[in-house]
Amino acid sequence: MWSIFHKLGSPPWLYKISGSILRWLLPITVAALAIGVAWGLLFTAPDFRQGNSYRIIYIHVPAAVVALAGYYIMALAGAVSLIWKMKIADIAMKACAPIGAAFTFVALVTGAIWGKPTWGTWWVWDARITSMLVLLFLYLGVVALYEAFDNKEAASKACAVLSLVGMVNIPIIYKSVDWWYSLHQPASIKMTGGSSIDTSMLYPLFWMIASFYALFACCMMLYMRVEILQTQGKTGWVKRLASQGSS
Amino acid sequence: MNQASCQIESTLSTGQFCRRLLRRQLVLAVRRPVEIGNPLLFFTMVVALFPLGLGPAPAQLAEFAPGVLWIIALLSNLLTSEAVFRGDFEDGSLEQLLLSPQPLYLSVLAYIGAHWLVTGLLLALVSPLFAVMLNLSTASIPVLVSSLLLGTGVLSLLGCIGASLTVGLRRGGMLISLLVLPLYMPVLIFGSAAVKAAALGNPAGPYLAILGGMLCFAVALAPFAVAAGLRISIDA
Repeated sequence: MWSIFHKLGSPPWLYKISGSILRWLLPITVAALAIGVAWGLLFTAPDFRQGNSYRIIYIHVPAAVVALAGYYIMALAGAVSLIWKMKIADIAMKACAPIGAAFTFVALVTGAIWGKPTWGTWWVWDARITSMLVLLFLYLGVVALYEAFDNKEAASKACAVLSLVGMVNIPIIYKSVDWWYSLHQPASIKMTGGSSIDTSMLYPLFWMIASFYALFACCMMLYMRVEILQTQGKTGWVKRLASQGSS
Repeated sequence: MNQASCQIESTLSTGQFCRRLLRRQLVLAVRRPVEIGNPLLFFTMVVALFPLGLGPAPAQLAEFAPGVLWIIALLSNLLTSEAVFRGDFEDGSLEQLLLSPQPLYLSVLAYIGAHWLVTGLLLALVSPLFAVMLNLSTASIPVLVSSLLLGTGVLSLLGCIGASLTVGLRRGGMLISLLVLPLYMPVLIFGSAAVKAAALGNPAGPYLAILGGMLCFAVALAPFAVAAGLRISIDA
Protein backbone atom coordinates (compact mmCIF):
# COMPACT_ATOMS: atom_id res chain seq x y z
CA MET A 1 0.00 0.00 0.00
CA TRP A 2 2.77 2.39 0.89
CA SER A 3 4.50 1.76 -2.42
CA ILE A 4 1.48 3.20 -4.25
CA PHE A 5 1.61 6.10 -1.86
CA HIS A 6 5.26 6.73 -2.68
CA LYS A 7 4.68 6.32 -6.39
CA LEU A 8 1.87 8.88 -6.21
CA GLY A 9 4.39 11.36 -4.95
CA SER A 10 6.63 10.88 -7.93
CA PRO A 11 6.07 13.15 -10.94
CA PRO A 12 7.76 10.88 -13.56
CA TRP A 13 5.57 7.96 -12.50
CA LEU A 14 2.44 10.09 -12.69
CA TYR A 15 3.50 11.46 -16.05
CA LYS A 16 3.87 7.95 -17.42
CA ILE A 17 0.71 6.49 -15.89
CA SER A 18 -1.44 9.49 -16.84
CA GLY A 19 -0.14 9.18 -20.41
CA SER A 20 -1.32 5.60 -20.66
CA ILE A 21 -4.63 6.40 -18.95
CA LEU A 22 -5.30 9.35 -21.26
CA ARG A 23 -4.62 7.19 -24.31
CA TRP A 24 -7.93 5.40 -23.70
CA LEU A 25 -9.79 7.81 -21.40
CA LEU A 26 -9.63 10.75 -23.80
CA PRO A 27 -11.26 8.95 -26.78
CA ILE A 28 -13.86 7.40 -24.47
CA THR A 29 -14.68 10.82 -23.01
CA VAL A 30 -15.05 12.43 -26.41
CA ALA A 31 -17.25 9.57 -27.61
CA ALA A 32 -19.35 9.65 -24.41
CA LEU A 33 -19.85 13.40 -24.75
CA ALA A 34 -20.85 13.03 -28.39
CA ILE A 35 -23.31 10.24 -27.57
CA GLY A 36 -24.72 12.15 -24.61
CA VAL A 37 -25.16 15.37 -26.59
CA ALA A 38 -26.85 13.53 -29.45
CA TRP A 39 -29.06 11.59 -27.02
CA GLY A 40 -30.04 14.67 -25.05
CA LEU A 41 -30.45 17.09 -27.92
CA LEU A 42 -31.96 14.87 -30.58
CA PHE A 43 -33.58 11.77 -29.10
CA THR A 44 -35.41 12.93 -25.99
CA ALA A 45 -38.95 14.24 -26.05
CA PRO A 46 -39.39 18.03 -25.75
CA ASP A 47 -40.63 19.31 -22.40
CA PHE A 48 -44.37 19.95 -22.37
CA ARG A 49 -43.93 23.46 -20.96
CA GLN A 50 -40.50 24.62 -22.03
CA GLY A 51 -40.41 22.95 -25.43
CA ASN A 52 -36.89 22.46 -26.70
CA SER A 53 -35.15 25.10 -24.62
CA TYR A 54 -34.92 22.78 -21.62
CA ARG A 55 -32.35 20.67 -23.49
CA ILE A 56 -29.58 22.95 -22.30
CA ILE A 57 -29.77 21.11 -18.95
CA TYR A 58 -27.67 18.39 -20.59
CA ILE A 59 -24.78 20.85 -20.54
CA HIS A 60 -25.84 23.09 -17.67
CA VAL A 61 -26.51 20.55 -14.91
CA PRO A 62 -23.41 18.39 -15.50
CA ALA A 63 -21.20 21.49 -15.60
CA ALA A 64 -22.68 22.74 -12.32
CA VAL A 65 -22.40 19.36 -10.59
CA VAL A 66 -18.79 18.87 -11.62
CA ALA A 67 -17.88 22.48 -10.80
CA LEU A 68 -19.06 21.98 -7.23
CA ALA A 69 -17.35 18.60 -6.90
CA GLY A 70 -14.19 20.15 -8.32
CA TYR A 71 -13.90 22.48 -5.35
CA TYR A 72 -13.99 19.55 -2.96
CA ILE A 73 -11.40 17.71 -5.04
CA MET A 74 -9.22 20.83 -4.91
CA ALA A 75 -9.60 21.16 -1.14
CA LEU A 76 -8.87 17.46 -0.60
CA ALA A 77 -5.78 17.69 -2.79
CA GLY A 78 -4.78 20.76 -0.78
CA ALA A 79 -5.21 18.86 2.49
CA VAL A 80 -3.13 15.96 1.16
CA SER A 81 -0.38 18.31 0.06
CA LEU A 82 -0.37 20.09 3.44
CA ILE A 83 -0.35 16.88 5.47
CA TRP A 84 1.92 14.60 3.44
CA LYS A 85 3.74 17.27 1.40
CA MET A 86 2.99 15.33 -1.75
CA LYS A 87 4.14 17.18 -4.86
CA ILE A 88 1.49 15.58 -7.04
CA ALA A 89 -1.29 16.78 -4.73
CA ASP A 90 0.05 20.32 -5.11
CA ILE A 91 -0.14 20.06 -8.86
CA ALA A 92 -3.61 18.48 -8.73
CA MET A 93 -4.84 21.29 -6.52
CA LYS A 94 -3.39 23.90 -8.83
CA ALA A 95 -5.00 22.21 -11.84
CA CYS A 96 -8.45 22.15 -10.21
CA ALA A 97 -8.70 25.91 -9.79
CA PRO A 98 -8.78 27.15 -13.42
CA ILE A 99 -10.61 24.04 -14.67
CA GLY A 100 -13.23 24.28 -11.93
CA ALA A 101 -13.61 27.99 -12.62
CA ALA A 102 -14.17 27.20 -16.31
CA PHE A 103 -16.87 24.62 -15.48
CA THR A 104 -18.55 27.10 -13.12
CA PHE A 105 -18.45 29.74 -15.83
CA VAL A 106 -20.00 27.32 -18.33
CA ALA A 107 -22.75 26.54 -15.83
CA LEU A 108 -23.46 30.25 -15.31
CA VAL A 109 -23.45 31.10 -19.02
CA THR A 110 -25.67 28.17 -20.01
CA GLY A 111 -27.97 29.09 -17.13
CA ALA A 112 -28.22 32.64 -18.45
CA ILE A 113 -28.89 31.42 -22.01
CA TRP A 114 -31.63 29.16 -20.68
CA GLY A 115 -33.04 31.89 -18.45
CA LYS A 116 -33.59 34.38 -21.29
CA PRO A 117 -36.34 32.45 -23.13
CA THR A 118 -37.70 30.77 -19.98
CA TRP A 119 -37.73 33.51 -17.38
CA GLY A 120 -37.47 36.42 -19.80
CA THR A 121 -34.23 37.67 -18.28
CA TRP A 122 -30.55 36.78 -18.44
CA TRP A 123 -29.94 37.01 -14.76
CA VAL A 124 -32.03 36.47 -11.64
CA TRP A 125 -30.71 36.71 -8.10
CA ASP A 126 -31.90 33.22 -7.43
CA ALA A 127 -30.31 31.28 -4.58
CA ARG A 128 -28.68 28.70 -6.79
CA ILE A 129 -27.36 31.21 -9.33
CA THR A 130 -25.96 33.41 -6.60
CA SER A 131 -24.19 30.53 -4.91
CA MET A 132 -22.66 29.45 -8.23
CA LEU A 133 -21.41 33.01 -8.65
CA VAL A 134 -19.84 32.84 -5.19
CA LEU A 135 -18.25 29.52 -6.16
CA LEU A 136 -16.71 31.23 -9.18
CA PHE A 137 -15.32 33.94 -6.87
CA LEU A 138 -13.85 31.28 -4.58
CA TYR A 139 -12.13 29.55 -7.51
CA LEU A 140 -10.79 32.83 -8.89
CA GLY A 141 -9.53 33.78 -5.43
CA VAL A 142 -7.40 30.62 -5.36
CA VAL A 143 -6.05 31.38 -8.85
CA ALA A 144 -5.28 34.99 -7.88
CA LEU A 145 -3.56 33.95 -4.66
CA TYR A 146 -1.40 31.40 -6.48
CA GLU A 147 -0.33 33.94 -9.07
CA ALA A 148 0.52 36.55 -6.43
CA PHE A 149 3.30 34.48 -4.85
CA ASP A 150 6.76 34.41 -6.41
CA ASN A 151 7.71 31.39 -4.32
CA LYS A 152 5.55 28.66 -5.85
CA GLU A 153 5.97 26.25 -2.95
CA ALA A 154 4.53 28.83 -0.57
CA ALA A 155 1.86 29.60 -3.17
CA SER A 156 0.57 26.03 -3.14
CA LYS A 157 0.57 25.90 0.65
CA ALA A 158 -1.33 29.19 0.86
CA CYS A 159 -3.82 28.00 -1.77
CA ALA A 160 -4.28 24.75 0.13
CA VAL A 161 -5.18 26.68 3.31
CA LEU A 162 -7.50 28.96 1.35
CA SER A 163 -9.29 26.10 -0.37
CA LEU A 164 -9.75 24.30 2.95
CA VAL A 165 -11.21 27.47 4.46
CA GLY A 166 -13.43 27.72 1.39
CA MET A 167 -14.54 24.11 1.74
CA VAL A 168 -15.64 24.68 5.34
CA ASN A 169 -17.46 27.80 4.21
CA ILE A 170 -19.24 26.46 1.13
CA PRO A 171 -22.10 24.76 3.04
CA ILE A 172 -22.52 27.89 5.18
CA ILE A 173 -22.59 30.14 2.12
CA TYR A 174 -25.03 27.85 0.32
CA LYS A 175 -27.38 27.61 3.29
CA SER A 176 -27.34 31.33 3.96
CA VAL A 177 -27.88 32.28 0.33
CA ASP A 178 -30.73 29.79 0.25
CA TRP A 179 -32.22 31.39 3.32
CA TRP A 180 -31.68 34.90 1.99
CA TYR A 181 -33.51 34.03 -1.23
CA SER A 182 -36.48 32.51 0.54
CA LEU A 183 -36.60 35.58 2.77
CA HIS A 184 -36.66 38.22 0.10
CA GLN A 185 -38.56 36.75 -2.80
CA PRO A 186 -41.48 34.39 -2.97
CA ALA A 187 -40.63 31.25 -4.91
CA SER A 188 -41.90 32.59 -8.21
CA ILE A 189 -39.61 30.43 -10.26
CA LYS A 190 -39.40 26.70 -10.03
CA MET A 191 -36.62 24.97 -11.86
CA THR A 192 -38.74 22.22 -13.41
CA GLY A 193 -42.08 24.00 -13.66
CA GLY A 194 -43.62 22.00 -10.87
CA SER A 195 -43.21 18.64 -12.58
CA SER A 196 -40.45 16.26 -11.59
CA ILE A 197 -38.17 15.14 -14.35
CA ASP A 198 -39.13 12.10 -16.45
CA THR A 199 -36.80 9.10 -16.54
CA SER A 200 -36.44 9.30 -20.32
CA MET A 201 -34.84 12.71 -19.74
CA LEU A 202 -33.02 11.60 -16.62
CA TYR A 203 -30.91 8.82 -18.18
CA PRO A 204 -29.19 11.07 -20.72
CA LEU A 205 -28.65 13.57 -17.91
CA PHE A 206 -26.86 10.96 -15.77
CA TRP A 207 -24.89 9.93 -18.83
CA MET A 208 -23.79 13.52 -19.38
CA ILE A 209 -22.88 13.99 -15.72
CA ALA A 210 -20.64 10.91 -15.90
CA SER A 211 -19.11 12.19 -19.16
CA PHE A 212 -18.44 15.56 -17.59
CA TYR A 213 -16.66 13.90 -14.69
CA ALA A 214 -14.51 12.07 -17.23
CA LEU A 215 -13.92 15.36 -19.04
CA PHE A 216 -12.85 16.97 -15.78
CA ALA A 217 -10.46 14.08 -15.13
CA CYS A 218 -9.00 14.40 -18.65
CA CYS A 219 -8.56 18.18 -18.31
CA MET A 220 -6.89 17.70 -14.95
CA MET A 221 -4.48 15.08 -16.22
CA LEU A 222 -3.56 17.13 -19.27
CA TYR A 223 -2.99 20.18 -17.10
CA MET A 224 -0.96 18.18 -14.60
CA ARG A 225 1.24 16.72 -17.35
CA VAL A 226 2.06 20.17 -18.69
CA GLU A 227 2.67 21.41 -15.16
CA ILE A 228 4.97 18.47 -14.38
CA LEU A 229 7.01 19.11 -17.52
CA GLN A 230 7.27 22.81 -16.70
CA THR A 231 8.31 22.37 -13.08
CA GLN A 232 10.60 19.41 -13.74
CA GLY A 233 12.11 20.89 -16.90
CA LYS A 234 15.66 20.71 -15.56
CA THR A 235 15.57 17.08 -14.41
CA GLY A 236 17.13 14.22 -16.33
CA TRP A 237 14.00 12.30 -17.22
CA VAL A 238 12.32 15.32 -18.83
CA LYS A 239 15.46 16.04 -20.86
CA ARG A 240 15.57 12.41 -21.99
CA LEU A 241 11.90 12.67 -22.90
CA ALA A 242 12.52 15.83 -24.90
CA SER A 243 15.43 14.26 -26.77
CA GLN A 244 13.32 11.19 -27.62
CA GLY A 245 10.67 13.55 -28.92
CA SER A 246 7.63 11.56 -27.80
CA SER A 247 5.87 10.44 -24.66
CA MET B 1 22.14 35.60 27.24
CA ASN B 2 20.08 33.18 25.25
CA GLN B 3 19.44 31.07 28.29
CA ALA B 4 18.41 34.12 30.26
CA SER B 5 15.84 35.15 27.71
CA CYS B 6 14.45 31.63 27.73
CA GLN B 7 14.18 31.89 31.48
CA ILE B 8 12.15 35.07 31.21
CA GLU B 9 9.97 33.49 28.57
CA SER B 10 9.19 30.47 30.67
CA THR B 11 8.17 32.53 33.68
CA LEU B 12 5.33 33.99 31.62
CA SER B 13 2.22 31.88 31.68
CA THR B 14 0.25 31.58 28.44
CA GLY B 15 -2.51 33.76 29.81
CA GLN B 16 -0.08 36.52 30.78
CA PHE B 17 1.62 36.27 27.42
CA CYS B 18 -1.66 36.72 25.52
CA ARG B 19 -2.75 39.57 27.78
CA ARG B 20 0.54 41.35 27.14
CA LEU B 21 0.25 40.73 23.43
CA LEU B 22 -3.26 42.16 23.42
CA ARG B 23 -2.14 45.16 25.47
CA ARG B 24 0.80 45.71 23.15
CA GLN B 25 -1.47 45.71 20.10
CA LEU B 26 -3.88 48.10 21.78
CA VAL B 27 -1.09 50.43 22.88
CA LEU B 28 0.29 50.42 19.35
CA ALA B 29 -3.16 51.35 18.06
CA VAL B 30 -3.73 54.06 20.67
CA ARG B 31 -0.33 55.62 19.94
CA ARG B 32 -1.53 56.18 16.37
CA PRO B 33 -5.06 57.51 16.94
CA VAL B 34 -5.39 58.36 13.25
CA GLU B 35 -5.30 54.65 12.48
CA ILE B 36 -8.28 54.14 14.76
CA GLY B 37 -10.06 57.22 13.44
CA ASN B 38 -9.62 56.42 9.76
CA PRO B 39 -12.09 53.51 9.58
CA LEU B 40 -14.69 55.60 11.39
CA LEU B 41 -14.08 58.48 9.02
CA PHE B 42 -14.36 56.09 6.11
CA PHE B 43 -17.64 54.80 7.52
CA THR B 44 -18.98 58.36 7.82
CA MET B 45 -17.95 59.36 4.32
CA VAL B 46 -19.45 56.31 2.66
CA VAL B 47 -22.67 56.83 4.63
CA ALA B 48 -22.74 60.32 3.13
CA LEU B 49 -22.28 58.88 -0.36
CA PHE B 50 -25.48 56.89 -0.29
CA PRO B 51 -27.97 59.78 0.01
CA LEU B 52 -26.02 61.49 -2.76
CA GLY B 53 -26.25 58.45 -4.99
CA LEU B 54 -29.67 57.12 -4.09
CA GLY B 55 -31.47 60.40 -3.44
CA PRO B 56 -32.29 61.87 -0.04
CA ALA B 57 -35.92 60.61 0.24
CA PRO B 58 -36.17 59.49 3.90
CA ALA B 59 -38.41 56.47 3.26
CA GLN B 60 -36.06 55.13 0.60
CA LEU B 61 -33.00 55.68 2.77
CA ALA B 62 -34.65 53.87 5.67
CA GLU B 63 -35.38 50.94 3.40
CA PHE B 64 -31.78 50.65 2.24
CA ALA B 65 -30.15 51.58 5.56
CA PRO B 66 -29.67 48.05 7.00
CA GLY B 67 -27.90 46.79 3.89
CA VAL B 68 -25.94 49.99 3.42
CA LEU B 69 -24.68 50.10 7.00
CA TRP B 70 -23.69 46.45 6.89
CA ILE B 71 -21.87 46.75 3.57
CA ILE B 72 -19.89 49.74 4.87
CA ALA B 73 -19.03 47.87 8.06
CA LEU B 74 -17.80 45.01 5.90
CA LEU B 75 -15.66 47.25 3.71
CA SER B 76 -14.08 49.19 6.54
CA ASN B 77 -13.29 45.91 8.28
CA LEU B 78 -11.72 44.62 5.09
CA LEU B 79 -9.58 47.72 4.61
CA THR B 80 -8.22 47.58 8.15
CA SER B 81 -7.66 43.84 8.44
CA GLU B 82 -5.05 44.02 5.72
CA ALA B 83 -2.66 45.81 8.07
CA VAL B 84 -3.09 43.58 11.15
CA PHE B 85 0.12 41.62 10.65
CA ARG B 86 1.90 43.97 8.24
CA GLY B 87 4.02 45.96 10.71
CA ASP B 88 5.06 42.97 12.78
CA PHE B 89 5.87 41.02 9.65
CA GLU B 90 8.15 43.76 8.37
CA ASP B 91 10.09 44.33 11.60
CA GLY B 92 10.46 40.62 12.30
CA SER B 93 8.50 40.39 15.53
CA LEU B 94 6.07 38.02 13.87
CA GLU B 95 8.93 35.62 13.29
CA GLN B 96 9.81 35.84 16.98
CA LEU B 97 6.20 35.09 17.84
CA LEU B 98 6.26 31.94 15.71
CA LEU B 99 9.49 30.86 17.41
CA SER B 100 8.15 31.44 20.92
CA PRO B 101 6.91 28.43 22.88
CA GLN B 102 3.47 29.96 23.38
CA PRO B 103 0.55 28.38 21.49
CA LEU B 104 0.12 30.25 18.24
CA TYR B 105 -3.64 29.75 18.31
CA LEU B 106 -3.98 31.99 21.37
CA SER B 107 -1.48 34.63 20.30
CA VAL B 108 -3.22 34.89 16.95
CA LEU B 109 -6.49 35.27 18.81
CA ALA B 110 -4.95 38.17 20.72
CA TYR B 111 -4.07 39.91 17.45
CA ILE B 112 -7.57 39.36 16.11
CA GLY B 113 -9.13 40.48 19.38
CA ALA B 114 -7.14 43.70 19.32
CA HIS B 115 -8.20 44.32 15.74
CA TRP B 116 -11.84 43.81 16.65
CA LEU B 117 -11.59 46.12 19.68
CA VAL B 118 -10.28 49.03 17.62
CA THR B 119 -12.49 48.54 14.56
CA GLY B 120 -15.58 46.36 15.05
CA LEU B 121 -16.39 47.41 18.58
CA LEU B 122 -15.92 51.13 17.85
CA LEU B 123 -17.95 50.83 14.69
CA ALA B 124 -20.78 49.11 16.53
CA LEU B 125 -20.71 51.79 19.23
CA VAL B 126 -20.93 54.73 16.80
CA SER B 127 -23.35 53.01 14.40
CA PRO B 128 -26.50 54.48 16.07
CA LEU B 129 -25.38 57.89 14.84
CA PHE B 130 -25.26 56.67 11.25
CA ALA B 131 -28.52 54.79 11.68
CA VAL B 132 -30.19 58.06 12.64
CA MET B 133 -28.56 59.83 9.68
CA LEU B 134 -30.02 57.20 7.33
CA ASN B 135 -33.42 57.49 8.97
CA LEU B 136 -33.48 53.96 10.36
CA SER B 137 -36.24 53.48 12.94
CA THR B 138 -35.01 53.93 16.51
CA ALA B 139 -36.51 50.58 17.52
CA SER B 140 -34.06 48.72 15.28
CA ILE B 141 -30.95 50.49 16.61
CA PRO B 142 -30.29 48.03 19.48
CA VAL B 143 -30.50 45.18 16.97
CA LEU B 144 -28.13 47.03 14.63
CA VAL B 145 -25.59 47.49 17.42
CA SER B 146 -25.79 43.90 18.63
CA SER B 147 -25.68 42.47 15.09
CA LEU B 148 -22.57 44.57 14.42
CA LEU B 149 -21.00 43.49 17.70
CA LEU B 150 -21.41 39.82 16.81
CA GLY B 151 -20.89 40.12 13.07
CA THR B 152 -17.77 42.27 13.03
CA GLY B 153 -16.13 39.65 15.25
CA VAL B 154 -16.67 37.08 12.52
CA LEU B 155 -15.45 39.58 9.92
CA SER B 156 -12.24 40.23 11.89
CA LEU B 157 -11.57 36.51 12.20
CA LEU B 158 -12.14 35.87 8.49
CA GLY B 159 -10.30 39.01 7.44
CA CYS B 160 -7.25 37.94 9.40
CA ILE B 161 -7.16 34.66 7.44
CA GLY B 162 -6.82 36.72 4.29
CA ALA B 163 -4.31 39.03 5.98
CA SER B 164 -2.15 36.13 7.15
CA LEU B 165 -2.02 34.61 3.66
CA THR B 166 -1.16 37.87 1.91
CA VAL B 167 1.09 39.55 4.49
CA GLY B 168 4.28 38.60 2.65
CA LEU B 169 3.07 39.86 -0.70
CA ARG B 170 3.88 43.29 -2.01
CA ARG B 171 0.51 43.86 -3.66
CA GLY B 172 -1.77 42.32 -1.06
CA GLY B 173 -4.39 45.05 -0.87
CA MET B 174 -6.64 44.10 -3.75
CA LEU B 175 -5.96 40.41 -3.36
CA ILE B 176 -7.22 40.17 0.20
CA SER B 177 -10.64 41.46 -0.85
CA LEU B 178 -10.86 38.82 -3.58
CA LEU B 179 -10.05 36.11 -1.05
CA VAL B 180 -12.17 37.29 1.83
CA LEU B 181 -15.30 38.89 0.34
CA PRO B 182 -16.95 35.58 -0.67
CA LEU B 183 -16.44 34.38 2.91
CA TYR B 184 -18.03 37.58 4.27
CA MET B 185 -21.30 37.01 2.42
CA PRO B 186 -23.13 34.88 5.02
CA VAL B 187 -22.38 37.49 7.68
CA LEU B 188 -23.75 40.22 5.44
CA ILE B 189 -26.91 38.21 4.75
CA PHE B 190 -27.74 37.54 8.37
CA GLY B 191 -26.51 40.88 9.71
CA SER B 192 -28.65 42.95 7.37
CA ALA B 193 -31.55 40.51 7.68
CA ALA B 194 -31.53 41.01 11.46
CA VAL B 195 -31.71 44.80 11.12
CA LYS B 196 -34.34 44.57 8.39
CA ALA B 197 -36.48 42.27 10.53
CA ALA B 198 -36.21 44.71 13.44
CA ALA B 199 -37.12 47.64 11.20
CA LEU B 200 -40.26 45.80 10.08
CA GLY B 201 -41.13 45.00 13.68
CA ASN B 202 -40.34 41.29 13.38
CA PRO B 203 -38.27 39.41 15.96
CA ALA B 204 -34.56 39.60 15.14
CA GLY B 205 -33.48 37.04 17.74
CA PRO B 206 -33.03 34.08 15.37
CA TYR B 207 -30.71 36.08 13.11
CA LEU B 208 -28.64 37.28 16.03
CA ALA B 209 -28.47 33.70 17.28
CA ILE B 210 -27.14 32.56 13.91
CA LEU B 211 -24.58 35.37 13.92
CA GLY B 212 -23.54 34.25 17.40
CA GLY B 213 -23.24 30.69 16.13
CA MET B 214 -21.05 31.86 13.27
CA LEU B 215 -18.91 33.75 15.76
CA CYS B 216 -18.41 30.63 17.92
CA PHE B 217 -17.58 28.56 14.85
CA ALA B 218 -15.13 31.16 13.56
CA VAL B 219 -13.44 31.61 16.95
CA ALA B 220 -12.95 27.86 17.13
CA LEU B 221 -11.52 27.35 13.64
CA ALA B 222 -10.28 30.59 12.06
CA PRO B 223 -7.21 31.03 14.32
CA PHE B 224 -5.88 27.68 13.07
CA ALA B 225 -6.12 28.92 9.49
CA VAL B 226 -4.50 32.23 10.47
CA ALA B 227 -1.66 30.41 12.24
CA ALA B 228 -1.10 28.18 9.19
CA GLY B 229 -1.20 31.24 6.94
CA LEU B 230 1.37 33.09 9.05
CA ARG B 231 3.71 30.07 9.02
CA ILE B 232 3.47 29.92 5.21
CA SER B 233 4.03 33.66 4.81
CA ILE B 234 7.07 33.62 7.09
CA ASP B 235 8.56 30.65 5.24
CA ALA B 236 8.06 32.25 1.84
